[in-house]
Amino acid sequence: MKEIRIHGRGGQGSVTAAELLSVAAFKDGKFSQAFPAFGVERRGAPVQAFTRISNNPIRLRSQIYTPDYVIVQDATLLETVDVANGIKDDGVIIVNTTEKPESLKINTTATVMTADATKVAMDIIGRPIVNTVLLGAFAGATDEIKVGSIQHAIKARFPGKIGEKNADAILKAYELIRVRV
Amino acid sequence: MINPAYKDKMVVVEGSYAVAHSAKTCHPNVISAYPITPQTHIVENLAQFIADGEIPNCEYLNVESEFSAISSLIGAAAVGARTYSATTSQGLLLMHEALFNASGMRFPIIMTIANRAVSAPINIWNDHQDSISQRDTGWIQLYVEDVQEASDTLPQIYKIAEDNEIMLPGMVCMDGFILSHVYEPVVLLEQNLVDNFLPSFHPENMLDPEDPKTFGAFATPDTYEEFRYLQEQAMQKALPKIEAVAKEFEEVFGRFHGGLVDGYMIEDAEIVIMSMGSVLGTVKDVVDQYRAKGEKIGVLKVRSFRPFPKEQIIESIQNAHAVVVLDKNISIGTNEGALFSETKSCLYNSKVRIPLVGYTLGHGGRDIRIESIVKVIEGTKAAAKAGIMVESQFLDLKEELL
Repeated sequence: MKEIRIHGRGGQGSVTAAELLSVAAFKDGKFSQAFPAFGVERRGAPVQAFTRISNNPIRLRSQIYTPDYVIVQDATLLETVDVANGIKDDGVIIVNTTEKPESLKINTTATVMTADATKVAMDIIGRPIVNTVLLGAFAGATDEIKVGSIQHAIKARFPGKIGEKNADAILKAYELIRVRV
Repeated sequence: MINPAYKDKMVVVEGSYAVAHSAKTCHPNVISAYPITPQTHIVENLAQFIADGEIPNCEYLNVESEFSAISSLIGAAAVGARTYSATTSQGLLLMHEALFNASGMRFPIIMTIANRAVSAPINIWNDHQDSISQRDTGWIQLYVEDVQEASDTLPQIYKIAEDNEIMLPGMVCMDGFILSHVYEPVVLLEQNLVDNFLPSFHPENMLDPEDPKTFGAFATPDTYEEFRYLQEQAMQKALPKIEAVAKEFEEVFGRFHGGLVDGYMIEDAEIVIMSMGSVLGTVKDVVDQYRAKGEKIGVLKVRSFRPFPKEQIIESIQNAHAVVVLDKNISIGTNEGALFSETKSCLYNSKVRIPLVGYTLGHGGRDIRIESIVKVIEGTKAAAKAGIMVESQFLDLKEELL
């Protein structure tokens, strides 16, 4: 079983990202489970969402404490949130930033990768919607999920032009990070 | 539990959506709800279905309080309507008075409860205090383990509640947030199968100008006690019905989540963990770890809390060396959760003499971790060997806050 924690701010679509990841994983033939860090969500406040992916049906209902992967939607969270908390030593943290991984102050033995998801989103979608774009980066960085399945999930969730543009941005983010893996 | 055999029929949806879909396939005639916190997406989704014309011959009442929600369903049920609502926490508490009216007048109103803690202090998270506090209201209460069961239990409970020998209201209790807000693979109930499984509702007694009757009228000391007795008799009749309906459901849909209770690795178990709701999933994962080490640990899921399945519980745990009961509720003043107290009570006049210990845990959404379940099992193993040291206690208390 692989466990993924998504950090974002209220309004950035962390829960939607966790949901899309679970839908895509299921399309890949895995079992999946997605849930928010149940809280009183406010726009702009730090929030978390979780996804589990497994070859077997998932019964575990506790929160995720030792994730295999962490996705950080907003690099300003690094100042206040310990995004590496509990991550496995061989885990991967993907941060949306223009910076290089080595210039980020994350205290961890896990691998840190960066993706400029905001730029990809602005170029292709025309708005800074990074939650879906980062799922493309996740697929590229980890091979846990097929990028086509994420594209399929987003197009099913948001039919029409919005879904198409998101799917294009997901592929772009996938390709950008793929060459660095 | 999710059966891999159904994978090709499954879709990943939110728990609340699956339940709303299930309610839709049961073809209620009246749905009533108060759309404010605390509420769930269940009634939001149902409002959408109605707006889209997807539920024929159904009226959605957007009322001004939870008290009105249940009261309006009582009125609707009195004229023979199949009724549904969903609520949680303070909303359920506000219904409390009218819950007795629904059961006393023998209306098979069905609700889904997304279990949440109650105030004060204000807390929106999961535990079972809201529905456990309704245990004496005369409603059937079935507790479910995952989204599939939350969804599958709705047509079952309609069939149980609407039986002419039973005619009692019922609650399907699912863990708030943990199940209501989770996305996981689920088979959405097929309309044609529900139509085969669940007959339409034709009560023997209803308000009808052609055949006038009175419901909930004055009962003096001469007759009141018999009303209570008949309610209890109806509950006892629900015991075999719950088992039978679960099997009928399996025949039609191919899925079985247990009847009154459901054992997991229990046949040869020396230590049995008893509980209700979604925590059972985490418990089963921990039990698998123990089984891999050769330790005989098993699980008894209690699906029906009302009626309380005394015989099935005694039969299931009689060969264990010790039993531990996990309760997401507490009856303050007893230092015990309700399932623990009632399990202990039903053993007293039986021949079964085994150590029984209880933990009350997960209050107000405190996460129940694998480590916590391990602690419970180790404590129970000690009780099996050396006798009970502490009969019932809070789990995972933060001593530094006391």
